Amino acid sequence: MDINSLKYARSHEWVALEGKSATIGITDFAVRQLTDLVHIELPKVGRTIRQGETFGEVESVKAVSDLYAPLSGEITAVNDKLADDLGVLSDDPFGKGWVIKVTVTDPSSLAELMDRKAYEAHCAEEENHA
Amino acid sequence: MTYLFNTPDQEREMLRTIGANSVEDLFEQIPSASRLNRPLDLAPPLGEMDLERELRGLASRNRGCSTRTCFMGGGVYDHFIPAAVDEVTGRGEFYTAYTPYQAEASQGSLQAFFEYQSLICRLTGMDVCNASLYEGGTAVSEAAFMAMRVTDRHDKVVILGSVHPEYQQVLRTYLSNLKCEVVVVPAPGGTADLAKVKAVLDDKTAGLIIQHPNFFGCLEEADELAKLARSVGALSVVSFDPISLGLLRRPGDYGADIAVAEGQPLGIPMQYGGPFLGLFTCRNEFLRKMPGRLVGRTTDRSGRTCYTLTIQAREQHIRREKATSNICTNQGLLALRATVYLSLLGCRGLREIAELCCRKAHYAAERLTSVAGLARAFPERPFFKEFVLSCPPDAERVLASARKAGFDLGPSLSRFSPAGDSSLKHGMLVAVTEQRTRQEIDALAAALAESSR
Repeated sequence: MDINSLKYARSHEWVALEGKSATIGITDFAVRQLTDLVHIELPKVGRTIRQGETFGEVESVKAVSDLYAPLSGEITAVNDKLADDLGVLSDDPFGKGWVIKVTVTDPSSLAELMDRKAYEAHCAEEENHA
Repeated sequence: MTYLFNTPDQEREMLRTIGANSVEDLFEQIPSASRLNRPLDLAPPLGEMDLERELRGLASRNRGCSTRTCFMGGGVYDHFIPAAVDEVTGRGEFYTAYTPYQAEASQGSLQAFFEYQSLICRLTGMDVCNASLYEGGTAVSEAAFMAMRVTDRHDKVVILGSVHPEYQQVLRTYLSNLKCEVVVVPAPGGTADLAKVKAVLDDKTAGLIIQHPNFFGCLEEADELAKLARSVGALSVVSFDPISLGLLRRPGDYGADIAVAEGQPLGIPMQYGGPFLGLFTCRNEFLRKMPGRLVGRTTDRSGRTCYTLTIQAREQHIRREKATSNICTNQGLLALRATVYLSLLGCRGLREIAELCCRKAHYAAERLTSVAGLARAFPERPFFKEFVLSCPPDAERVLASARKAGFDLGPSLSRFSPAGDSSLKHGMLVAVTEQRTRQEIDALAAALAESSR
């Protein structure tokens, strides 16, 4: 996945758009911040998610963090492999570590998302505040 | 009486340590208008000998299981407690230890809780046990919450009418500010009617809560009920009597998803109805949705075995409002009592106690129902150590005559009106533990026969 062509949410999810279909994952920055991942809770296929809503959670040795929907749509696929091996998520967050696929129902929700450059600036700001 | 000393020297030393000049200084911030500006209205101080006599006189006015014969049921039971339970639990290292957040300073407590969890897993046949909750009633409610989290169904839980009425009340209180509906399936026949249970279960149901043996002492068809719950994708929650598992199949063996209990029978005195101990166990797959804390065994950096709190990321002090529960502690001292009790008994000891309770309860049922006017309320239902004695027209009168003869029975079911339909109005619970003797049972039957004449 070319990270420069992806869209990003402030809550550190990425979106790859192909027509009305979107693949969603969490970013390398998020993975680094979380440290050692131990567990992931995934949603069920068929569930409708609204932008900003929690659709799952990822647990590391130090915290449990929610996964927030970067856009509104209906879940068409879930990467069940992550439940068995979170190494995939740590090693390849933009590729094999994808989390869900969604059919976008509300294209206006995409307007909120950032490009790579804006996202990197957002991360730098968060690191400065930390 | 314990010798606790508080000399003027010690008082001065304590004040010096905390940097205060006098005890009076410590109360300075309380406005004088809010203070009692005179000595408390107490009798003058006594010497040790007089004090001992005074307190012994007061204590002798207590009426408890040491001076009377207890046949009381309803969730708290007069089981025997070996002296070693008090001896081990009373050790200062355990007795005064605070919550074990600092693993390096709390290895003793942590190991004890780990042993507790392991023992309860063996007892129940369940995969995981937490480090304990407060008592049986809240354990049932926490199980309902957990079923909602696991199934992601938040609208409905089903509970049998044969579950302890007070546990039902606690559940309603816990759920009162949520939109979750509590559906009660009445059990007028003493146990659940499977067809009626099936009729209310649906794909909105988070959990089916049963008690086995139930509040009336009767055995439920626990495995069938667990199957019914599973058939609609709900979790089965079983509240059990830990002593009964010396004889009955374990919740893990008949497919329970969550198994909870009041742990009082495991070496904890009846002590005015609390504090008690909540046992909480579940299947491995639900581990992360479980309330409370969990102790794990690991190795330190020198490779030595050690113990620590684990899976803490889901707890309240880290996850705040998204924690699995607001329970962020455990009932340490009482869990330790259960640990010592179960270790002393072993598998064979527990089996022997369960057998004694069961046989003596059946002997008592036979003797008491031979008294004119007394009958078992659900004569066709098998029971373990407790049964409902039906005494029309007036259970209170029978309770009173037993009491007069030195025997405590009950409670009377009329106390729990929402649970009892009219057929149970004249019923009372009778429980028989391993402590009761044939002579005591015979004497109770004779006293009731005498009073019914």
